[in-house]
Amino acid sequence: MSILVNENTRLVVQGITGREGMFHTQQAVAYGTKVVAGVTPGKGGTSADGIPVFNTVQEAVDRTGANASVIFVPPAFAADAIMEAADAGLPLVVAITEGIPTLDMVRVARFLAGKQTRLIGPNCPGIISPGKCKIGIMPGQIHLPGHVGVVSRSGTLTYEAVGQLTALDIGQSTCIGIGGDPIIGTTFVDALRLFNDDPDTHGIVLIGEIGGLAEEEAAAFAQAHVKKPVVGFIAGRTAPPGRRMGHAGAIISGGKGTAADKIAALQAARIAVAESPALIGETLKRIMNSEL
Amino acid sequence: MKIHEYQAKQILAKFGVTVPRGEMITKREDARAVAEKLGGGTVVVKAQIHAGGRGKGGGVKLAHNPLEADALAGQILGMTLVTHQTGPEGRIVKRALIEEGLDVARELYLGIVIDRASGRPVFMASSEGGVEIEVVAAEHPEKILKEFIDPSVGFQAFQARKLAFGLGLEGKVVNEASRLLQNLFRAFEATDASLVEINPFVITRDGRALALDAKMNFDDNALFRHSDIRELRDLDEEDPLEVKASNYGLNYIRLDGNVGCMVNGAGLAMATMDIIQYAGSRPANFLDVGGGANEEQVRHGFEIILSDANVCAVLINIFGGIMRCDIVANGVVAAAKTLGIKVPIVVRLKGTNVELGQKILRESGLNFEVANDMKEAAEKVVAAANRFQNA
Repeated sequence: MSILVNENTRLVVQGITGREGMFHTQQAVAYGTKVVAGVTPGKGGTSADGIPVFNTVQEAVDRTGANASVIFVPPAFAADAIMEAADAGLPLVVAITEGIPTLDMVRVARFLAGKQTRLIGPNCPGIISPGKCKIGIMPGQIHLPGHVGVVSRSGTLTYEAVGQLTALDIGQSTCIGIGGDPIIGTTFVDALRLFNDDPDTHGIVLIGEIGGLAEEEAAAFAQAHVKKPVVGFIAGRTAPPGRRMGHAGAIISGGKGTAADKIAALQAARIAVAESPALIGETLKRIMNSEL
Repeated sequence: MKIHEYQAKQILAKFGVTVPRGEMITKREDARAVAEKLGGGTVVVKAQIHAGGRGKGGGVKLAHNPLEADALAGQILGMTLVTHQTGPEGRIVKRALIEEGLDVARELYLGIVIDRASGRPVFMASSEGGVEIEVVAAEHPEKILKEFIDPSVGFQAFQARKLAFGLGLEGKVVNEASRLLQNLFRAFEATDASLVEINPFVITRDGRALALDAKMNFDDNALFRHSDIRELRDLDEEDPLEVKASNYGLNYIRLDGNVGCMVNGAGLAMATMDIIQYAGSRPANFLDVGGGANEEQVRHGFEIILSDANVCAVLINIFGGIMRCDIVANGVVAAAKTLGIKVPIVVRLKGTNVELGQKILRESGLNFEVANDMKEAAEKVVAAANRFQNA
């Protein structure tokens, strides 16, 4: 098993005719993802690489039975695209777009409240259940089907961790990049809950970074609810305060959100924290072995 | 993006937030005339730099008459102002704000930020104005009042009144303050600010409510729709290397170590800095070349890293993923040749065609060390930096 996406996922790509949208659609199809539709307003009735294109998400859903969307729409229009997908009733929306204005996301968060739609991202690599379904921009070939859930705020750092797991022959049930922005849909806590409830996930890797309090919330949740071994890593021990480290959400402000605080919170929740980013896979292997 | 106090006050005034009368000057000669225009009485001369703690650092002074204003402007303009936010090197003051002096009865605090947990703007107010709000938050969290704002209806009048009464305001100033608070939120929302802070927000003895200080930061992701705010950027306040990097679409932050690093992706870039420290040295910078990494970006990245004279070795850590490592390797070789790089370079590539990429690096005839994983890369680059420094 896996969480959120699997062989039954039917994907609609919003922004399919753009350069990024087209490239990653081809990659997803090559991986085995069922891409059933694309949406580009004004290009309805055409097709992109053999995939039918519609003017609206609603039309794509009605005609193809799509049950998940991925968004490659430019930042200025991405919030609108997320809301359109939610309005069409899609249960899962994955927003890859980087650079969406924060106040746009404030409105999106309000719009999604009370709806059944789960948003992943924005500014994230996406979600993959290895061997079954890949939605996003991550390289499929570094993954291996298996039983470890990975959740991360980062992109390439997630690939690094996954690469370490695969090299140790530790497969993954599902890997989720939740995104590096201040306001995101799915949080660490949401992902931990899903992984904890998934009988096929036996261990969890959580990769956080400086800024905000999401890792602290995850630690509190893990301590209270998670029954499976969890390995954590926090990027940004050497990051100076007050500077935005690439991701809009990665900033230590008002003395809050430091790596030291987050590591302490994870350790207090009995989560094994990898000292070095090169030791994420090994740390997981060590604690999984001791569990057996 | 950050702006100066005087610029923030100009923006806020447009939205109906009451601010003291004043003018920005860049030359001492203008100080006296501005002070006279403000009535010839007491004025405040305030250094304009993008850092807090200006008062404690000696950058804010009271002048009792235009002659004193002239003398103080002479002291402040051109001074190197050191505050807890500037670092020990301080900042040269090139602009000063001259403002009317006010007879202040109470100093309060107002702030608006985005609360990540709720995904909403939060309006904060405190009776403890004029001091660092972080200290109040740590020691007396109950003294910070908060109103969360529903984006579908905005900041409501009752919320503004709750805050005003909560601050202990009475009489007709309650209405004036409530209006100011509402206007402050309108400014926050309309400009896509990420922070608005009024510290202190003052009530004068004659019962007026004003923003005595003003700080505004803006969401970089929203600047595309605010050309007027983009124009307020003051490059004098930024590190020239960081400005150069941003012009090339690179994300660079200068640090104080001796190991330069070039990485794709912000999280991996931070993790690479961390592992350099773990291996026993200190990173010279944060540099994210973006999810992709083409030859041109790698070249500009090298140029910027090497402009920092402290750099004794460079670590390139690229997790290619979908990108092909041979293309990245060719980019690195071409950039290194063009620039004639002297310092040792350690390259760690991961992704498609990694063997071919490593071969290209080894056979380039340049001073590359190739590493297979992050641990090896960090250990090699720290050793190389030490050798280079001692040579």
